[in-house]
Amino acid sequence: MSDGRLASRRFLGVALTLGSIAASLLLTALIIIAVGASPLEVFDKIWQGIGMKPDGIDPGRFAGVVNFWIPLALASFGLVISFTAGLWNIGVEGQMMFGAIFASWVAREIFLPSVLLVPLELIAAAIGGALWGALAGVLKTRGGVHEIFGGVALNNLASIYAIYLIAGPWQPPEGGSLQSTAPFQEAALLQPVSSGFRVSLLALVLVAVAFVVVAVALRGTRWGLELKALGKSPRSALLLGVATDRNAVLAIAACGAFAGLGGAFRVLFTYGSMRPLVSGGIGFLGLLVVLLTGTRTIWVPFVSFFFAAILAGSTRLKIALQLDQSLAGVVQGILVLMVILANGVRGRMQGQVITRLPEQTPTGAQPQSEEAASG
Amino acid sequence: MDELARILGSIVSNATPLVIASIGETITERVGVVNLSLDGSIALAAMVGFVTAYLSGNALLGLLAGTVIGMLIALLIVVANIELKQDQVAVGFVLTLLAADLAQFLGQDYTRIPGPTFPTVPIPVLADVPFLGQIFFRHNLLVYFSFVLLFGTWFVMYRTRYGLALRAVGERPATAFARGTNVNRTRYFYTAVGGAMVGLAGASYALAIKPGWANPPVMRGDGWIALAIVIFGGWHPFRVAFGAYLFAGLRALASTIQQQTDLPLVLVNAVPWVLMILTLLLVSGGFVERLIRVAPGPVQRVLRNFLRSEPPAALGAEFSRE
Amino acid sequence: MSIEVRHIHKSFGPVHANNDISLKFDDGRIYGILGENGAGKSTLMKILSGFYLPDSGEIFVDGKPVHYTDPQGAIEAGIGMLQQDPLDIGPFTVLENFVYGRPDGALPDWQAAREQLQQLSARFHFDLNPDVTIERLSIGQRQQLEIIRLLALGVRVLILDEPTTGISALQKSVLFGSLKRLAKEDGLTVLFVSHKLEDVLELCDEVAVLRLGRLVGQAKLPVTTDELVAMMFGQELAPPSHEKVAPGDVVLEVRDLTVASHRVTVEGLNLQIRAGEVVGLAGLDGSGQELLMRASVGLLKPLKGRVLINGQDMTGRPFRAFLEAGVGFGAAGRLEEGLVSGLTLTEHFALVDPEQRAWIDWERARAVTEERINHYNIYGRPDSPIETLSGGNQQRVLMALMPSSPHILVLEHPTRGLDVESARWIWEQILARRSEGTAVLFTSADLDEIMTYSDRILVFYAGQVTEVTEPESTTVEELGHLIGGQGIRKEAAA
Repeated sequence: MSDGRLASRRFLGVALTLGSIAASLLLTALIIIAVGASPLEVFDKIWQGIGMKPDGIDPGRFAGVVNFWIPLALASFGLVISFTAGLWNIGVEGQMMFGAIFASWVAREIFLPSVLLVPLELIAAAIGGALWGALAGVLKTRGGVHEIFGGVALNNLASIYAIYLIAGPWQPPEGGSLQSTAPFQEAALLQPVSSGFRVSLLALVLVAVAFVVVAVALRGTRWGLELKALGKSPRSALLLGVATDRNAVLAIAACGAFAGLGGAFRVLFTYGSMRPLVSGGIGFLGLLVVLLTGTRTIWVPFVSFFFAAILAGSTRLKIALQLDQSLAGVVQGILVLMVILANGVRGRMQGQVITRLPEQTPTGAQPQSEEAASG
Repeated sequence: MDELARILGSIVSNATPLVIASIGETITERVGVVNLSLDGSIALAAMVGFVTAYLSGNALLGLLAGTVIGMLIALLIVVANIELKQDQVAVGFVLTLLAADLAQFLGQDYTRIPGPTFPTVPIPVLADVPFLGQIFFRHNLLVYFSFVLLFGTWFVMYRTRYGLALRAVGERPATAFARGTNVNRTRYFYTAVGGAMVGLAGASYALAIKPGWANPPVMRGDGWIALAIVIFGGWHPFRVAFGAYLFAGLRALASTIQQQTDLPLVLVNAVPWVLMILTLLLVSGGFVERLIRVAPGPVQRVLRNFLRSEPPAALGAEFSRE
Repeated sequence: MSIEVRHIHKSFGPVHANNDISLKFDDGRIYGILGENGAGKSTLMKILSGFYLPDSGEIFVDGKPVHYTDPQGAIEAGIGMLQQDPLDIGPFTVLENFVYGRPDGALPDWQAAREQLQQLSARFHFDLNPDVTIERLSIGQRQQLEIIRLLALGVRVLILDEPTTGISALQKSVLFGSLKRLAKEDGLTVLFVSHKLEDVLELCDEVAVLRLGRLVGQAKLPVTTDELVAMMFGQELAPPSHEKVAPGDVVLEVRDLTVASHRVTVEGLNLQIRAGEVVGLAGLDGSGQELLMRASVGLLKPLKGRVLINGQDMTGRPFRAFLEAGVGFGAAGRLEEGLVSGLTLTEHFALVDPEQRAWIDWERARAVTEERINHYNIYGRPDSPIETLSGGNQQRVLMALMPSSPHILVLEHPTRGLDVESARWIWEQILARRSEGTAVLFTSADLDEIMTYSDRILVFYAGQVTEVTEPESTTVEELGHLIGGQGIRKEAAA
């Protein structure tokens, strides 16, 4: 390809990206006007919500962004793995929930010094998320239930189970709230850096480690290469000697482990207790992140940080402007949609197809199992 | 007997949005397009339908608005797929989340208020047929519409030349092209029709079955159920409708049992999702085949035809001429 | 109806598939269109029948220029084509399939269509039940349906693309009989595309020969085989020489094997294959041969019986275990089965390299890939995505990915869709391994290929197996009868 064409491609790419962001802002503004509010005021409140003040940054509010970013980034790293394997792990939300449940169980039932208890909670959370993920994987490989449907059902079951625990077995004998368990013991919680900047250093380290682990696993290991082959063509991967069923289950389970850690962070730091909606849509948001980044791990921290900022900024809309905070989801959804459409426009203008998403269709009768591959 | 008829009648009524939505999705998937956005589309159509009806005081106008919403969302998916070569599932998933959040955001000032609804209109003569009249003919217009939709869809699909083209496009687009069918135009048309039905289903919650708008929406999750019912129903209108009624029946049964015993409510909430997994396990590949092989030879083929659920072969695939 | 093409050109990317072709076909005659794979026969026929648009050139019907842009338009102009894999709809019934595409109103007249279908099948002695779904038909029956469908639409020029691949001898003689009647009694123009000389010699009145996109010869029959061969290839290519290898130990054994698909069951099969043996499996698609192949490599679980590799019981083990036990498997599809679109050559070779364990040594992977590229004459670079390679090169990569000295090679249709030279190369590779003691088990729809290379032949018909132990003393005709089921009955009677 000549330099000139390369440059014009770059230009087209940048122009379309900027265009899709502008279109998203415009659409969002129209929607805000539709409910009778002022877009400028809303954007201003979101900007303040993430801690941006004329005279500097408010560390307390900025910490809010970081605290959304941590579980979101963890879940997104996990989803990079399952996307690489060609799996639509919608069950990530439930996997976060089960991570939170397992961590809560340890936090409630086991009494140890913090240095031992916290790692134990994190391990339990990873196991919980991985098990719930593996269940979706087994339903797919053994039962032919597409992971989208298995995932949606398991998400709801996880949420129902959490509500049951909070309202039932985990109620204090004297009775308590249906919205939350009693606060966990102090030793069970992750500790903030300072009371002014409430961010857990341990959690930040966890995110960094997760990033390295996922990036290295996908680029440098045989397992990563096997997942890549599986994601692009399950049948061919099988014939090249890849254990397709086992790897599909492992990929979802690995995603579940990371999501479970995210769930643990929510109960051990954000709330300090178990809540019914503990994952709060962060898992789904992770799916949007990965729709934008594809399997390029390097982009995940940035995109997820941006989404976390929107999420954190919107939490104040209710108080400040009496606007529902679902606006965050609207902004994020429109943005991802516009970027996907812009991708398509670019492909059309360049006469090529850009696909980096799993290419299967969610139908129940589409087993990927080794046995059925003989068809 | 009367009590039974009343219960069955309420199941028929409660199942109506599910029947309409899952038949709509059946139409869409039969031309090879997956509209994954059902759970969001239904919520947004319900909200828009309710608000339109509330502001105009006209339930029919609300229904129309909801229908248009469903159609637009479906069209967005198929345009992104055909013109822009984007993955149907990816676009559908984003729209699921986006539509649900839009419904919540735009509808925030309209929750838990009364608005216009579709009244019950007993059908003369038929409504007085003992037992059956109570079950089928003392409902609102939307319930009757679902009957018409069911038989109409079956008739068009299996008895007309349009139905041949519809099924061919989802099964083997190259053949459809060779027989003179415009594949992409057919996909646009039936995806729009299917999406319109999904929207109509959404509006029918807000205007008839569970009137009003709430946050979180009362029908949350039903979109996913409808998608699963399409698979359970093997992409055949009658089996799909059977699945929807069966599901509504089991849900009613579970809540009756819960009311009469002291089983925890969470169990009832879990029923739809457990059912979803179990039914998909039943119709997907391995299990059925193992079951069928136990049966005696001649029965096997009948069982297989009844239980197996083969998706349209070109579902999700793009078509280009060369 | 006579048709004529003048100066037809058609290119696909860099490939000039049709290069200035002019031909005329008169009514009442049967024309053979000959040429090896890739000669441009199918492209020309698809242009005639409206599937492709020519880049330039004109088509005349009865001397008048015609312009159509799709198959429907071609049919309206009187030209219909039967594709190699008939374009029908699997879940439709025969009747629905017959009706679909007719210019009826909204409600087709099902009864009239049914009567017409039955009349036409009776006239040509076709065996078609209107209420059976297409999925249950053989390729031969699907061709029959397609022919009468086109006739019912009033087609006057009938094009058939390689119709004798994958049908039985009996179906072939029924087909040839009806084509002759259509030409002589009804005055249709029949264009018969084939790469099989004997079929053309048996059926046609005239032949046109294409090579590398150009028309290289025309002749009225009778002509000699040698003349046709000279036109098709320039010179004749002999199959690679191969001597029998003395059979060694048993490498693959199946005992009392029962395997089944939805369509067919193979019951109680016993088979032993020894090192250095080549065993060919003949049969129509779906007769059970693919079940044996897939059961032999662990891709299909037997309902009963055992599979042994080198005397070791492998029943129920996964495919990977078979690979490790020294089984090489080549599937019928290329990109669909065996190659991963989106992965580079290096990534493919890294995947099958047993030395690549937990961590991938990319330098080693690259070196291995370069070595394979040179050794197998692959046109591509280590970092080329596999889908950018041509079909022949993909086939070479598949060969290169197989273990270098397996105990047994199990190959589905190893040369399907390849031109003569590539097919020859593939067999050279297979035979080279065989001479080192590898056993070979393969299927093919091309009976000549099976006859040429097999030491033993197993013929499958509806799950029944007949063994032909001495291919030298059998003929293609006899095999053709066996795959159509005649002969099995004879045996059963005896």
